[in-house]
Amino acid sequence: MSILVIAEHDNLTLKDSTLNTITAASQLSDDVDIVVIGYQCDKVAAAAAKVAGIANVLVFDQEAYQYQLAENLSSLLKDIALEYRYILAPATTFGKNLLPRTAALFDCQPISDVIEIVDANTFKRPIYAGNAIATVISEQSKLCLTIRCAAFEAAGLQSTAAPIQHYATDISSTLSHFVSADIATSDRPDLLSANVIIAGGRGMQSADSFTLLNNLADKLGAAVGASRAAVDAGYVPNDMQIGQTGKIVAPDLYIAVGISGAIQHLAGMQDSKVIVAINKDEDAPIFQVADYGLVDDLFTAIQELGELL
Amino acid sequence: MKILVAIKRVVDYNVKVRPTSDGKSVDIANTKKSINPFCEIAVEEAIRLKEAELATEVVVVSVGPDAVQEQLRTAMALGADRAIQVKTEADLEPLAIGKALKAVIEREDPGLVMLGKQSIDGDNNQTGQILAALTNMPQGTFASHVAIADKRVVVTREVDGGLQTLSLSLPAIITTDLRLNEPRYASLPNIMKAKRKPLFVIDLNEFGIDSEPRVVTTAVESPAQRQPGIKVANAAELVDKLKNEAKVIT
Ligand SMILES: Cc1cc2nc3c(=O)[nH]c(=O)nc-3n(C[C@H](O)[C@H](O)[C@H](O)COP(=O)(O)OP(=O)(O)OC[C@H]3O[C@@H](n4cnc5c(N)ncnc54)[C@H](O)[C@@H]3O)c2cc1C
Ligand SMILES: Nc1ncnc2c1ncn2[C@@H]1O[C@H](COP(=O)(O)O)[C@@H](O)[C@H]1O
Repeated sequence: MSILVIAEHDNLTLKDSTLNTITAASQLSDDVDIVVIGYQCDKVAAAAAKVAGIANVLVFDQEAYQYQLAENLSSLLKDIALEYRYILAPATTFGKNLLPRTAALFDCQPISDVIEIVDANTFKRPIYAGNAIATVISEQSKLCLTIRCAAFEAAGLQSTAAPIQHYATDISSTLSHFVSADIATSDRPDLLSANVIIAGGRGMQSADSFTLLNNLADKLGAAVGASRAAVDAGYVPNDMQIGQTGKIVAPDLYIAVGISGAIQHLAGMQDSKVIVAINKDEDAPIFQVADYGLVDDLFTAIQELGELL
Repeated sequence: MKILVAIKRVVDYNVKVRPTSDGKSVDIANTKKSINPFCEIAVEEAIRLKEAELATEVVVVSVGPDAVQEQLRTAMALGADRAIQVKTEADLEPLAIGKALKAVIEREDPGLVMLGKQSIDGDNNQTGQILAALTNMPQGTFASHVAIADKRVVVTREVDGGLQTLSLSLPAIITTDLRLNEPRYASLPNIMKAKRKPLFVIDLNEFGIDSEPRVVTTAVESPAQRQPGIKVANAAELVDKLKNEAKVIT
């Protein structure tokens, strides 16, 4: 019962989300291959070969795959998938964009956002913004799953690198062209793999005040996130949104600053180990999930924390 | 150009649902229902394209029981020109919804198809991508900006790393993200007018598609509840607790 994991990468580095996905794959079978589709992506293939649990690395390195457009990749994956019982991808915007399109090409109903593998055909996944957890069973001949990264540890390294095989299939669809990308670069840890996250909400009141959170984050080695309201107000870019429809995180420590705790926000962070809430409203719902609550003006609290850390 | 918008009737986002007492499903009886918020954004975008004279007609479609007519009427009150109900009592999966929508596309021949990126009940985030595969159309998922020019549509997508912009040939599938627009409210005169707009009902069986469930939900449970924590008096106590009690910072 072999498994194919689709690598998420930017042609240079293998994304951490792939490591969580490999851990989920290893719970299903010992026979896990990974496919790297991209352009000039040798480094990614080499990194993938070293991940614990990987048996073979399949590489499709063509200019047509530079931006990993779903139209090209799904057509390619449709043929590769013939050999496998399971196709897994991380439940990130990359995997969510690609896997359902791929699955439909071989008449498979995919299963999104798996948080637990119960047995070979049984999985758990959150529904209704995490207000309920569904157990689902599927006897389809092929199973396509996206894996919620926060629910699985990252896979480690193996002592002997897996063999890397290159293939030359070139599928270039004319349906879709890449125009441009505006990808945030930051020296801070990635939200999806950070141990500590500080997130700001509408209470931050401006883009400028997020620099206060950045300073605090740097002292803690933390990533900085935000609520939808803070993103909608233009204080910070969309890639910082945490929640039902943004990123799902589960760090060791999550500090929510000026965030009320709407269910859609909680859906993205309530599995964090320790939650701290700083809010001037003592009745804010965020306090119901917080291990430590501080009822205070956030600007005062941030300043005091900065001095103490 | 005709725009087809697929809308889903869901439990309103303000409702906190619970599993039923038999632990088999979610208790949604007597809860408020609305248009899925992402679909509302899709309807709004289509109407704006029509107002900008880039589209000539906006058709909304929903797959479900007669109750979905309420959401179809709401979409027409917002500005859609007509509606299609693909009638079924069954709770279909995204693959089957995709097949039903494909059949509608074959009849309607739209230049652009818009869906929400995700339904807030099932949280699947699949239907648009599945429909794009079944119709061999390009896909612009998680759109935060849409521009039509020269027989193509340029879509800016919200991705984990930031933003990505793609140019798609038409017809294309677009799924909407939160920041694409802010939907309007329906005015009373428009609600009245919507009652007279055409709503066409077609039985799912007429499409002859395979809509058998492939994935079966066997149990639904509440998530693990967090234990209520404590309130600290000030920042100093917070730092002390994090260092010495929770041991999450050094
Ligand atoms: C379909 C849909 C999807 C959504 N997806 C998401 C999602 O993915 N992520 C998400 O976050 N939201 C999401 N939302 C939005 C969500 O419902 C809430 O509107 C949002 O989370 C509120 O953000 P907030 O807590 O920052 O703002 P508010 O609810 O306005 O809360 C601001 C808080 O700051 C506090 N405050 C203000 N000033 C100060 C001060 N000086 N000091 C201390 N505290 C202060 C206030 O007491 C208040 O509690 C979604 C909504 C919908 C409908
Ligand atoms: N029953 C339905 N009828 C019409 N459109 C639907 C239906 N279910 C899902 N959709 C569309 O598909 C989108 C994504 O849904 P999902 O894949 O379930 O997350 C929704 O926002 C709708 O636009």
